[in-house]
This record gives sequence, C-alpha cells and structure tokens, in this order.
Amino acid sequence: MEANQDLPKPGPTWRNALTLGLAAMMGAGLLAGVNQLTRQRIENQERRAALVQLGQLLPPGRYDNALQEDSYSFRDTAWFPSGQTITVYRARMGAEPAAAIFRLAATDGYNGDINLLIGINLDGSLTGVRVLSHKETPGLGDPIETSRSNWILQFSGRSLSNPGKDGWAVKIDGGEFDQFTGATITPRAVVKAVRMTLEYFAANKDLVFAQPADSLEVAKPR
Amino acid sequence: MSSYRKIFLDGFWLHNTGLVVLFGLCPLLAVTSTVVTGFALGIATTVALVFSSLAVSLLRGIPGAEIRIPIFVLIIASVVTVIQLLMQAWLFDLYQVLGIFIPLIVTNCAILGRAEAFASRNSPLPSVVDGLATGLGFCLVLVLLGAVRELLGHGTLFSQAGLIFGTQGDHLQLRFLPDHYGFLLALLPPGAFMCLGLLIAGRKWLASRSAQGQ
Repeated sequence: MEANQDLPKPGPTWRNALTLGLAAMMGAGLLAGVNQLTRQRIENQERRAALVQLGQLLPPGRYDNALQEDSYSFRDTAWFPSGQTITVYRARMGAEPAAAIFRLAATDGYNGDINLLIGINLDGSLTGVRVLSHKETPGLGDPIETSRSNWILQFSGRSLSNPGKDGWAVKIDGGEFDQFTGATITPRAVVKAVRMTLEYFAANKDLVFAQPADSLEVAKPR
Repeated sequence: MSSYRKIFLDGFWLHNTGLVVLFGLCPLLAVTSTVVTGFALGIATTVALVFSSLAVSLLRGIPGAEIRIPIFVLIIASVVTVIQLLMQAWLFDLYQVLGIFIPLIVTNCAILGRAEAFASRNSPLPSVVDGLATGLGFCLVLVLLGAVRELLGHGTLFSQAGLIFGTQGDHLQLRFLPDHYGFLLALLPPGAFMCLGLLIAGRKWLASRSAQGQ
C-alpha cells in the first residue's frame, strides 16, 4: 500500500453530506441523459430481437397484423400449475385468426426455467418450437438449442393427434421423442411444456383470439 | 516516460488481475466458455476501468476520507451503467449473451481496487494508463481462458464473432476438430477452475524463468 499522506483529511460532516449529495446528483444526471439518448434505440432493438424470434416460427407471409401489438399475458394455474405469466402473440390474416405463438417456460428442467416460444396453427398443428433461453448443463442439456442440434425442429407439424396421447413423451417414458445421451430431464420438460400448451390451445382456442390486446403488460424476455 | 512503462507492466503483467491478484473471478470463470464472450467482457471491463480511474483521479482530493469509498462506488456504478445502456443500444445481441455480467462489472474488486490504490493518489494520465493496463491484463486472461475452453469444449475458436463484428464476423469462426463432440469438462465450472490454475502456473513459470535469466 502506498503512503496515506496524499489523502485528504477527514472533513466536517456537512461537507461530506454535501459532497456525497452532489456526486449522487451528478451520477443520476449522467444516467438520465444517457438513458434519454439510448432509450428509443434500445426499445427498437428489443422489438427487432423479439420479431426475429417470432419470425422463426411464423414466416411474414402468414399474417398481416402487428404480432407484437396483438398480444396479451395471462396466468392460469388450472392449466399451467407453475403460476407463470404466459404471453400470447396472435397472428391474423385479413382479421381472420391464423396462428398463435406462446411464450412460456418449461418449469421442470434440470436447472431453472427453459424459456420457450411455441407456435400453433389454428388447426392445432405446431408451426415450431424454439428455446429463447435456458440454464441447462452445457454439452448435456443444450442440444435443445438450434445452434447445437436439430432436436427441437422435430416438433414442427406435430399436433395432439400426431403422435397420439401416449406418444407425447420422451422414448424412455414410452413416447416418440428422443432424449439425449446423458440428459432425459431437459427434453422431458420441453415435451411436457409443448404438450400442455397444445392441450390448452385446443380447449381455449376461441378465447385466445378473442382476448383484447394488452401489449403493455408483455413480460420482457429477461 | 519509463514510469508509464512501469505502470503499464505492473498492471498488465506483474500484478495481473486475473492471474496474480485473482480479482473478478466470478466473471472470469462464468463468461469464458468462448473467446468472443471473454473478449467482449474484457473490453467492457477495460472501458469501465479507464473511465472510472479517470473520474476518480480528476475528483481526488475533493471527497473527505470518510466518504471516499462511497463516492468511488458511485462513480464506478455510473460508468458501468452507461456502458450497459450503450451496449444495449448498439450491441444488443452481444448484451443478451453477456447479460447480468455487464452490470456485475460494478462488483469487480479490480475496479474499486485500482480507484483506491492508484487513481485516488495519482494525476489523470498515469491513472488512465493504470486502468488501461489492468483492464487489458484482465482481458488477456479472459481471452486465453476462453480460447482454451472453447477449443477443448467445442473444437472451435471465434465462434459467434458476429455478435461483436456484425454478420460478416461469423466467417471468423475456425473449426479445428471437425468431428469433435466436445470435452464437456472444459465448459463446466470445474474445468474453468482447472484451466485457470494451469494459466496461473504458466505465468509463474514464465516469471521465474525471466527472473533466473537476469
């Protein structure tokens, strides 16, 4: 440690309070300024990122409404016992319902929530499933990402009748979906979340498209 | 000028944050699964160090001894939050990958350590050099650790470079082991500790060799 002689001597309390207060105000002022400068851009970036993700499940030609504005959030512990907040984006073509994209979490993964985007056509078939974020073990649980394997792509086109009721499970549980070497819990959680969402959609289809939009309450993906 | 050289070597090598002082271990181990994420956090930390050192040095002597530390923390938190906002605005995808580790730069003891031990006792220019050297030393370790872990774990280098350099950056990825299934341990926390241990040993070996040479 260097010698202490360069350091200022203890000041009177009022002076300290004033200095601290001024420093806090300067810090707050700086942040307010930068926030003002970047806010619009950050909002645009978030919107763009969300749209890119939604676009993977639903090509732009399939709908003509503003997906992100036509969304609402809900909780329904009868269907989703974890009590999580689920966001639904509605895709419409000429005001007719076309598809819905659910943003929800598979809550019984190996390590925390696996945040998913699940797209369902009006006829109950899946447009696809994507993982937004997860904390599963790298190397074991991460084949659910498209950058690691094609596993998640096998959901596209599936529905509650394809495979039938017993098929909606990983192979080790007697179902149709592969688990990964060394990881059963992760794919099991994803399959279960997709099945639950399909069942919810089948039973509540009309409600999903009739719900008024409340895009303000959309949970940020963090 | 030789004193600047000494300041730089001190911060970059002699008292390297990642290999000697062992400050900031949490981000060091958490974000170094690839070169690109390690490099990005290293640069963000360096920028935070340079600007907080500069601010602390400019304001040295103003706050009394009792409130010095709270003022430093305030400065560092402001600088890091500015970096966070700018990254969100211009490097959004990279920010999504680094996530919580950007705001957590505030808690990296290296920054408060340099503010207290150096910037609060020196004029602005040496303080900036010190911040830069410390930051680059930290960045070097993040990149080395990221390289070792990415190579062993994925068999690649510079994957996801597009996060920093835009879409043309994606071509920077090098694949060394085509059918590599990944050495999982390197990607998990224990592997990170082991790789770091090897790097520390390597630095000690280099340092002792050059000491014998003199």
